Amino acid sequence: MFHYYDKYLLEIVALSLAVLLIAFVIGTVRRTSLNIRYAILWLGAGGVLLVLSVYRPLLDYIAAAVGVRYPPSLLFLVAFVFLLMIVLHYSLVLSSHRDSIRRLSQSVALLEHQLKSQEKRQRE
Amino acid sequence: MRCLVIIPALNEAEAIGDVVRDIRASCDADVVVIDDGSSDATGANASAAGADVLRHPCNLGIGAAVQTGYLYALEQGYECVVRQDGDGQHDPAYIPQFVELLANDEADIIVGSRFLAREGYQSTIVRRLGILILSIISTLVGTRTTDPTSGYWGVNRRAMETLAPEHPDDYPETEALLIAAAGGCRIREVPTVMRERAAGQSSISVLYSGFYMVKVILALLLVKR
Repeated sequence: MFHYYDKYLLEIVALSLAVLLIAFVIGTVRRTSLNIRYAILWLGAGGVLLVLSVYRPLLDYIAAAVGVRYPPSLLFLVAFVFLLMIVLHYSLVLSSHRDSIRRLSQSVALLEHQLKSQEKRQRE
Repeated sequence: MRCLVIIPALNEAEAIGDVVRDIRASCDADVVVIDDGSSDATGANASAAGADVLRHPCNLGIGAAVQTGYLYALEQGYECVVRQDGDGQHDPAYIPQFVELLANDEADIIVGSRFLAREGYQSTIVRRLGILILSIISTLVGTRTTDPTSGYWGVNRRAMETLAPEHPDDYPETEALLIAAAGGCRIREVPTVMRERAAGQSSISVLYSGFYMVKVILALLLVKR
């Protein structure tokens, strides 16, 4: 039993997911819990997926161009590539945070020692 | 030569007091313990034994602790630094010899090797195998050492200045040797007899040994030279 909407079911699902993603990201940015710096890649992913799921000819065209036989699976590829980029970006951010924490902690250790020895000298 | 002994320590409350007293008895250098975020009384015990204590507010890794020691030594104008482990494995009797070699400008880095003399604590078979592999690899990439994981180091100001800006954080010795060699430091090994740790736990568990090897080998191959 085929319904008329079966033809568009995939588009509808993909579209809703993209819209949900964008809405969620914008929502968290507005509630200030997500820094815009980290939202950009997510919004890019949502935007591209949105366009590809709404405008089928573009999806078909790109799929043909990169050799994907079943065009909707291109959506998975695009989502996957975006996820890879986002995770790699996080690794970079994490590394630089680790470095910052180290430098900060070392300064704290040196300053604390300086402070204590000054206090000790004053007491004597 | 104004010399500072640095001891990176993590949860070594049991051993650290004796280690500090031992060092103070065998040379007239100042002693500073870098407490790398210990949850026990490491800092207090070190302080009671007469050492200065630099306390990291959180655990950063032994390499970062050594780096803090270098930064402190540079800031305070020390001319040389000898690093000792906090578990009593390193015999402080060698410190004067290290300082003398540095004072005579025979090298920028003196590394105490437990394998040159083949005496004393030689570590477990598995670890020795790991050390041998690292030694071969580090020879292949440019620094010849028999004991590249040794933490018994003496460094002069030039080596400190090379290592203080960018110091590897976990299991740092092998990588630090390469960075120093790349920075033009002269490295010299001297035979030292190591003891078994007096108390506490090694920071390198069985589980992490694999990670240690992979990490150090990757670092050796990827470090900029």
